[in-house]
Amino acid sequence: MAHSAQRRWYPLAATIAALVLLPLSVLLLSWSEVDGEIWRHLWDTQMSRLLGNTLTLVLGVGVGVSLLGVSLAWLTALCEFPGRKWLDWALMLPFAIPAYVLAFVFVGLLDFSGPVQSLLREWFGSGLRLPRVRSTGGVILVLVLVFYPYVYLLARTAFLAQGRGLMEAARVLGLSPWQAFWKVALPVARPAIGAGVALALMETLADFGAVAVFNFDTFTTAIYKTWYGFYSLSGATQLASLLLLAVMLLLYGERRARGASRPGNERARTAALYQLRGGRALAACAWCGLVFLCAFVVPVLQLLAWFWQRGRFDLDERYVGLILHTLYLGALAALITVALAMLLAFARRLAPTRRMQALVGLANLGYALPGSVLAVSIMLAFSYLDNHLVIPLSASLGGAGKPLLLGSLGALLLAYLIRFMAVAHGPLESSLARIRPSLPEASRSLGVGGVTLFRRVYLPLLVPGTLSAALLVFVDVLKEMPATLLMRPFGWDTLSVRVFEMTSEGEWARAALPALTLVLVGLLPVIGLIRRSARRYG
Amino acid sequence: MQADKKILAALALTTLAGTVQAADEVVVYSSRIDELIKPVFDRYTAKTGVQVKFITDKEAPLMQRIKAEGENGVADLLITVDAGNLWQAEQMGILQPIESKVIDANIPPQYRSSSHAWTGLSLRARTIVYSTDRVKPEELSTYEALAEPNWEARLCLRSSKKVYNQSLTATLLEAHGAEKTEAIVKGWVNNLATDPFADDNAVILAVDAGQCDVGIVNTYYYGRLHQENPGLRAKLFWPNQADRGVHVNLSGVGLTKHAPHAEAAKKLVEWMTTPEAQGLFAEINQEYPANPQVAPSKEVAAWGSFKADTIPVEVAGKRQAEAIRLMDRAGWN
Repeated sequence: MAHSAQRRWYPLAATIAALVLLPLSVLLLSWSEVDGEIWRHLWDTQMSRLLGNTLTLVLGVGVGVSLLGVSLAWLTALCEFPGRKWLDWALMLPFAIPAYVLAFVFVGLLDFSGPVQSLLREWFGSGLRLPRVRSTGGVILVLVLVFYPYVYLLARTAFLAQGRGLMEAARVLGLSPWQAFWKVALPVARPAIGAGVALALMETLADFGAVAVFNFDTFTTAIYKTWYGFYSLSGATQLASLLLLAVMLLLYGERRARGASRPGNERARTAALYQLRGGRALAACAWCGLVFLCAFVVPVLQLLAWFWQRGRFDLDERYVGLILHTLYLGALAALITVALAMLLAFARRLAPTRRMQALVGLANLGYALPGSVLAVSIMLAFSYLDNHLVIPLSASLGGAGKPLLLGSLGALLLAYLIRFMAVAHGPLESSLARIRPSLPEASRSLGVGGVTLFRRVYLPLLVPGTLSAALLVFVDVLKEMPATLLMRPFGWDTLSVRVFEMTSEGEWARAALPALTLVLVGLLPVIGLIRRSARRYG
Repeated sequence: MQADKKILAALALTTLAGTVQAADEVVVYSSRIDELIKPVFDRYTAKTGVQVKFITDKEAPLMQRIKAEGENGVADLLITVDAGNLWQAEQMGILQPIESKVIDANIPPQYRSSSHAWTGLSLRARTIVYSTDRVKPEELSTYEALAEPNWEARLCLRSSKKVYNQSLTATLLEAHGAEKTEAIVKGWVNNLATDPFADDNAVILAVDAGQCDVGIVNTYYYGRLHQENPGLRAKLFWPNQADRGVHVNLSGVGLTKHAPHAEAAKKLVEWMTTPEAQGLFAEINQEYPANPQVAPSKEVAAWGSFKADTIPVEVAGKRQAEAIRLMDRAGWN
């Protein structure tokens, strides 16, 4: 009987997975013709350097976001120190800053011709030579500062949801805070941290905008070179499918390392556990403050300065439209994506078979591809459907026989869904994993099942995870560029489109206006979410 | 049953109504960004009442979209910022020839496709920028000379991933052959003062700040920065005046093969080659009008006139892949 209940979930999971399979099949089909010359050329002249760069980047960002995300989450969630209350939410704000924006702010601010080095040369003479900003370390620093919020957000939720019982038990058993962290809090929060790091690394692997500002060549660079330079889309998608393979291994590793997740305690903690004093309190405050300063305050101030210099002359009534389009797309995409991700998370929990795992894994792969490659794959898939299904069908019904999918709002939203499913799935799954199976079992034995069970038992416990998921998707859609560029309906320019147009001309100062607006628009939901979760946990 | 069919048909019609196109409009896919093309379209709409709908993106995705849409395509025109891309579009079979006496009269033949598949709208000279503090113009002569050892650790370049550099290298290949071009490009790479930059603005600012003494950039980037900051300690130099001339690329337009409004689109292209529109191109972005009857803007005119390379710009497209492979081998990242 349990078996037939499990089976009910298959069609749903299969449908969602099929959506993602659409663009992926375009990738696989690309292998039908292989251009040996391009491959040989890339292998001979580029690959060793690109793979080395990519590996360094992944390691650096992985270690960096883990250190930053977990340490900050631990401090703000479980300790009490001066400034904790506002740092707690302030540390989430950098999430609203797109990677490409932080990249051009850092390079613009700190490169040789930027204001900082110019000023230093004025003071200390023109012979002054400082460490280069456009270097491996520089790229890693920027990506860590933009991607650590993934880990911070998820780890913080996990630490908060662990409840006071668990940590107090650790204390009663004589564990020092340090031991309690390593032996209790960290293992319990590991699924959430793993999900956060995985998201950050997938973003890193797929990133093109930020590394392009640094002219730092990664594997993704080879993909773009093959497409934009050699005009071999098939070569580019072949390379992209290799990248996808690497990501699948990464995800598999993450899942293996996660092991069997241990359900935590659902009773929320109400007060800070560790009261930091003296030097420790100062150090905690300084560490959190430093990260906030570098990841948010400095870039926003630089954007403001550029806005004042150049951007304010561009501000006109068109920005109302840009903002509305951006918000509308973000909200709608977040709603759809979170709803479907929730269904998938439940499917996986209630029908934990291998086949289901495979389907859910498949549905989450869209995030691993460089945006442009995914966008063009979706575009190709949609236009195939338009040409072979929609148009003949509408023509036979006496319609105009025009393409419906490509260039429609629905197609763009579907593209977002495919791309950001993993972003929503991560937090939902880890917060679902924290609900002990005994809870719904008990409810069932009391005769509460189906929708009532979901509404009265699951949903209240899933609210923080759902909000995190919705927020992540919303802000990611705001920042998304390639799919928006390629598939937006006529007249549907968004803020990120405007940022693209300015940065593509190297006009960083003028990109400050749309970038700043984007950050502000992204901030509102971040703050809303934080206030809500702060209330929830007292 | 009959009723069902009627409802279905009505549904299909209403959903399709939104995409049925009005007669007097033109749809453009453009890699020229909004602010560099919208003023031109706005003027045309004000003049003729024809609406111009457009989206902007990079060339490669737009071309792929036109190809994928095929016979059901919605785009009439493709506007790019490099002749190499237009040549590629022609090779992909997504363009159709525009036969027009107006265009032929307005645009010189080296700035048009030999098969009428596309035409240039504005010209972009890629030239040398030098530091007024540390370089005397007499020290400069040609692109090739920047590979000499006396420029060691003094040269700044943009990334080789930008099509402008690929086109420049392609014309070098055409002029000198592979071996000599590779030696020149290797010489450039040896002379770099710092890693290649992501954009031309950064190259000019690096010259201004003293990070390097010379660079290679498109003139309109210099024009924008110079207008913002007249005290810029950098100037433009016209190289190769004794031989080929300055490398010139173009931003141009092609008519798509399955353009739904081909006639209206052709009229728009013709108008864009006339002095009225060409003047706009010149003013908006400090580019050189492709129509020789139209004078460049004041800022541009102040840089002086130069002899331009007359090599057909199609070469940029034909030799693009070869150029990229060469730049990769030479270590130009």
